[in-house]
Amino acid sequence: MIKTDTLIIGAGPVGLFCVHQLGIIGLKCEVVDNLDKIGGQCIELYPDKPIYDIPAIPECTGEILTNNLIEQIKVFKTNFHLNERVEEIKKVEKKWFIKTNKGTKFEASSIIIAAGVGSFEPRKFPTKEIEKYEGKQILYSIKDKKIFKGKTVTIFGGGDSALDWAIELSNTSKVILVHRRDEFRGMQANIDKVNQLKEEGKIEVYTKYQLSSVQGKEKVENINIKHEDESTKQVKTDYVLGFFGLIMQLGPITEWGLNLDKKTIPVNTEAFETNKEGIFAIGDICTYSGKLKLILSGFHEGALAARGCFKYAKPDEKYRFEFTTSSKTVKSRLGIKE
Amino acid sequence: MPKITYIENNGSSHTIEVSSGLSVMECAVQNDIPGIDADCGGGMACATCHVYVKEEWFNKLPKKEDGEEDMLDMAYKPNKFSRLSCQVLVSDELDGLIVSIPSKQG
Repeated sequence: MIKTDTLIIGAGPVGLFCVHQLGIIGLKCEVVDNLDKIGGQCIELYPDKPIYDIPAIPECTGEILTNNLIEQIKVFKTNFHLNERVEEIKKVEKKWFIKTNKGTKFEASSIIIAAGVGSFEPRKFPTKEIEKYEGKQILYSIKDKKIFKGKTVTIFGGGDSALDWAIELSNTSKVILVHRRDEFRGMQANIDKVNQLKEEGKIEVYTKYQLSSVQGKEKVENINIKHEDESTKQVKTDYVLGFFGLIMQLGPITEWGLNLDKKTIPVNTEAFETNKEGIFAIGDICTYSGKLKLILSGFHEGALAARGCFKYAKPDEKYRFEFTTSSKTVKSRLGIKE
Repeated sequence: MPKITYIENNGSSHTIEVSSGLSVMECAVQNDIPGIDADCGGGMACATCHVYVKEEWFNKLPKKEDGEEDMLDMAYKPNKFSRLSCQVLVSDELDGLIVSIPSKQG
């Protein structure tokens, strides 16, 4: 059991700046994120896209913003629990007990949800009957490529994940690549390589096709793919891989008894606290009158939520507002020597 | 003002008068049309405002940018009439536009 003052769910820009705001008022925190890296949407969706509306930073990319935020909170030596998703929360007396899908347990006096639009999950095939094969012969990520050796693998998708694996697996497996249109959106080098392998007969490529059905008793035996013109084709395959990117889903958050408005959590604007005492929501996931889904708004929300956490962490102390420019206490927390 | 018709997957239809300049996604969200999630808020980063444009309207719309087609690769059941509704701006020329909403987004 890890004891801390505040548990932050989400390591995007807003969660990261909130670590800073908690740190300068003397609260400890731990951060959980379902992705394998820090940065949230900034890293997953637009690491290279320039952002122009961060105050005092005329232009920066999602990656640079993330790196700067990490630098800004380095002094607090915060623990990040990546690849983990918070599953359960429970209040016992005045403490929140939190458990992740990997079994990590936390005890905290408050929780800040900075989860964007939810956790990133792989997008799945739309076909219904696939469920019984998912995780067995129908996969959305590869943990052990050895299982494909000597087998037929049908890969769906048009981005670099699909192309990378098509190229890689073509060394040891029969590979069929299926994509919904003629153009692939991967790196040119990958596209050239796939075309070359196709010429050499090492990869079969079907474009303007999508998965329409799956047949097989225990295991996948055949799949049908359907052309844009509605004609179908049967393909014999051992494995089916889908690389359609990630989608954000609220997941277990919907089961915690929080008020929800569509996919967002209503909060007050004094501290961005939810209907549950001690649970705050900041960034894209929160909603209130006038809410803007901007990173800068999330920074403000995090600053106030951090102050809101203070009374739960230190019920016997009074919070006193201090500036980083003048407060010796704050400066010492930031590791600044005068 | 131009009128836009949204047809849900269950067949129910909503016709809305819209101010020019808004996107088809924004009109849907502001009027609580079910089935258009728009998780990223219009940044062409999520493919959860996917709609099927009625065939006779499809070619009247301004062409897709590259990024939109890339995102549509990730949409739920895309077809040749698929668009991201955040990328379709309403104008007087689009008065009468009809779009259908997929059974789910992603």
